[in-house]
Amino acid sequence: MFAQSDLQTLLLGRLTLDAIPYHEPILVATFAMVALGGLTVFSLLTWFKLWGPLWTDWVTSIDHKKIGIMYIVLALVMLMRGFADAVMMRAQQAISFGDNAGFLPPHHYDQLFTVHGVIMIFFVAMPLVTGLMNFVVPLQIGARDVAFPFLNNFSFWMTAMGAMLVMASLFIGEFGKTGWLAYPPLSGIVASPDVGVDYYIWSLQIAGVGTLLSGVNLIATIVKMRAPGMTMMRMPIFTWTALCTNVLIVAAFPVLTAVLALLSMDRYLGTAFFSNDLGGNAMMYVNLIWIWGHPEVYILILPAFGVFSEIVSTFCSKRLFGYSSMVYATVVITILSYLVWLHHFFTMGSGASVNSFFGITTMIISIPTGAKIFNWLFTMYRGRIRFEVPMLWTIGFMITFVIGGMTGVLLAVPSADFVLHNSLFLIAHFHNVIIGGVVFGMFAGINYWFPKAFGYKLDEFWGKMSFWFWTIGFYVAFMPLYVLGLMGVTRRLSHFDDPSLQIWFQIAFVGALLIAVGIGSFVVQLAVSYVRREALRDVTGDPWGGRTLEWATSSPPPAYNFAFTPRVHDTDAWADMKASGYTRPLGGFVPIHMPKNTPAGFVIAAMSAVLGFALIWHMWLIAGLSFMTMMTTIIAHTFNYKRDFYIPAEDVTRTEDARTRLMTNA
Amino acid sequence: MKLFPVLSRGLRALPLLMLGGCNTVVMHASGDIAVQQGKLILVATYLMLLIIVPVIALTILFAWRYRASNTKATYTPDWDHSTQLELVIWGAPLLIIIALGLVTWISTHTLDPYQPLRRLDAERDLPAGVQPLEVEVVALDWKWLFIYPEQGIATVNDLAAPVDRPIRFHITASTVMNSFYIPALAGQIYAMPGMQTTLSAVINKAGDYDGMSANYSGGGFSNMRFKFHGVDQAGFNAWVAQAKASPLALDRPAYLALEQPSKKVPVQRFGTVTEKLFDAVVNRCVDTSHMCMNQMMAIDEQGGMGRNDSVARPQVLVSDPSGEQNRLLTKPYVRADVCAPEKGGLRQAAAQQVAASHLPN
Repeated sequence: MFAQSDLQTLLLGRLTLDAIPYHEPILVATFAMVALGGLTVFSLLTWFKLWGPLWTDWVTSIDHKKIGIMYIVLALVMLMRGFADAVMMRAQQAISFGDNAGFLPPHHYDQLFTVHGVIMIFFVAMPLVTGLMNFVVPLQIGARDVAFPFLNNFSFWMTAMGAMLVMASLFIGEFGKTGWLAYPPLSGIVASPDVGVDYYIWSLQIAGVGTLLSGVNLIATIVKMRAPGMTMMRMPIFTWTALCTNVLIVAAFPVLTAVLALLSMDRYLGTAFFSNDLGGNAMMYVNLIWIWGHPEVYILILPAFGVFSEIVSTFCSKRLFGYSSMVYATVVITILSYLVWLHHFFTMGSGASVNSFFGITTMIISIPTGAKIFNWLFTMYRGRIRFEVPMLWTIGFMITFVIGGMTGVLLAVPSADFVLHNSLFLIAHFHNVIIGGVVFGMFAGINYWFPKAFGYKLDEFWGKMSFWFWTIGFYVAFMPLYVLGLMGVTRRLSHFDDPSLQIWFQIAFVGALLIAVGIGSFVVQLAVSYVRREALRDVTGDPWGGRTLEWATSSPPPAYNFAFTPRVHDTDAWADMKASGYTRPLGGFVPIHMPKNTPAGFVIAAMSAVLGFALIWHMWLIAGLSFMTMMTTIIAHTFNYKRDFYIPAEDVTRTEDARTRLMTNA
Repeated sequence: MKLFPVLSRGLRALPLLMLGGCNTVVMHASGDIAVQQGKLILVATYLMLLIIVPVIALTILFAWRYRASNTKATYTPDWDHSTQLELVIWGAPLLIIIALGLVTWISTHTLDPYQPLRRLDAERDLPAGVQPLEVEVVALDWKWLFIYPEQGIATVNDLAAPVDRPIRFHITASTVMNSFYIPALAGQIYAMPGMQTTLSAVINKAGDYDGMSANYSGGGFSNMRFKFHGVDQAGFNAWVAQAKASPLALDRPAYLALEQPSKKVPVQRFGTVTEKLFDAVVNRCVDTSHMCMNQMMAIDEQGGMGRNDSVARPQVLVSDPSGEQNRLLTKPYVRADVCAPEKGGLRQAAAQQVAASHLPN
């Protein structure tokens, strides 16, 4: 390790000028755009003197609402990157036939499908889910913040730093060329000696710490900080799904951390856990990564189920049908999600009985999932359905998701899986459930809770545009892949010989473009809504006729969420309060105990990013220094005793009086 | 409710959708195993449509009927429970999953790739005394090596088998994981280094079919394809004779040269093959300076080469004991380079030879 001791190696490790891809025009153009964008943002922040507010109000903030918003902003930024990768892959597959090699060599294309999967799962879907849970859960249970506010800030910055490392790999070095789960031996040091897999390992390890801690935090919040009267069986369904998701996170993410640690020991220290020789066994990696990977699927989809449950009952103006059956279904899915991991590799050659066992457990999960669908269906039954944008996403989800569920159960039949595994049918299936389930759910959630976060609704026309283009685009992009899968076309190919396939890839490319219009419409929706914010303003705090506690406070909520902690007597606490003639208290406010902002989370996370970068490039000196700085900050932070303060009663009174004036003037 | 027309229309439309127009090899296979797998897909799909179609129909129906502007529709804002409905909600999917679970258990056992075949196709049982054709498959970077031990030949990226004779594939890989897949013949199975998987299949219709690696394995993956020829016995004999006529011999050095990464590899034929080459590939000791994995495991099984054990066993450690043996005797454990492929031995010599004789691709 320390064989070469000259200064350059000591400082820069294996990083040389060759690692900068200045000879690849696509990357140079991308870099120019990113640099230009960065420069613009930098200038604007400087011009409007926003650096100070950015630091004090956002970067160092421990307010769960702001952290939730930052998670979602991070996810939307990463969505642009992940989607750009998707469009490039679609374009490559649409043209790369016969003599035409397309515009991406395997070296670039293989990085694309790896980074697309990693970004979409870890840095789009995960932050969207975590962001929504962060923003909504404390409000829904009538709490003032999460259980560990500082940890929350730290978790966010770890996730953001992981994302940053993935982005850095675009311009410094390269990303893995292994597929998004980096199976060894391909990801081992023999087959992948370069930095790509190391970027993969360290970005996921850093982000994984954030995810795990955020899971601990939200479990503690939900278990310990519910408003008086809110028993477990009176919790809103979204909170229930959040609880189950975070239990899954806490139980599953350590497995990911461990398996990546073993892989990095193979790569850095010459151990032989997953190598071909010296008694290593790559099958262990595949098992371990899916023991994390399958619960991960439910980590993403359960909160989406929660979002749909809230939206269905709100927009049908009706109590949710089968509340307790919904809760039990969620818990059953949580438990069963640990018993199905082998269905991701039936073709590895386990015996027929083992394969059947995992196939059947997988099918059993579809029973509680089916029960959920029926519960939403019977919530709509005899309701008064308002087709606002969140409800449109929900209906789109119900129809799309059952198709994905059907192809999923099909893949769970081992003998059928033998002909469909690794084919484009599989790709179509998981995009069917992830886009039709998670993405639709998150867009529904963003449209639903945006007025709570910012005080005005999102523009409806552009919201509907976004919905229709996404939905139609999804079908146009992925139905051809189902067909191609049945034609025996497998995944991750960058070139084809059979010209009869091309038309299907061209259709899929058109679908990707339609989705691009959908994403564009969403961005326009945000911009238009900001411009029209006075017209879209909601002063009541309850724009949809909501049923749960978050709609009881103002939009956006004050830092302390609720001037007085509400008391809960029913599952739909706010609907119950409204029905029994609740009036807002107008006086008698007391000082409110709140946590204080701190830069420690940002500093520790930034140091861990430097550490990760240094480890990727074998910059041992910098790695040591950043590790020491990180540990020093952690220790120093433990001596910070000024972590809380009281919002004086006068300030609370002033804030609440301002809201009273707004509501009476409206 | 107009459920039944919708349902039956869905059922009639589906096969049209699946079978029509395009060349869906998975649904129109030519080998009995793949045919049964294709049928299984249809059976499972029909079973699930029993619940999927009503759900989609009801979603659309309810969304339309209970729209807010339709004030004539019944509105029951507080109705949130019905034990009968709950029973249906949980019971109906449960019944379908019980049916599908049974189908799964039975089909997984009858179509287990490790089981010898019991029939040639739906009409014909396996005639008595028919021995399967043995084919040893090695996934190399990035091409396929097929060894026919019975015929004593080997080919690269070209596979043939007589129609209606069961085939038994023994599958492994040299460096990274691949998946051996001929959609028209049978479902895929992984090819993994240091391990052996098995696939039983039979081809019922003559023809040239596509075969490929279905599991991403690195830079040359997209062109890691081959043709599988289903031919009559005479055609198979001719195909074997063509390989037999090749002057090339697949001995250990030739294998080690072939094993070096290469892309878009044309068909190659070898007239002779070294005995037990496939065993050596699975045990990662084609390079004779490396200990075979089965030997290593046999030593481990007997307690390993711990301090007390090292004296008695070193003679079985390496096939080529020159120089190594004395050092091993004095060591309490196996040195890494005895087993590791990275340095030393025939393999490295082969790599250097290939590097010297080929231009980089």
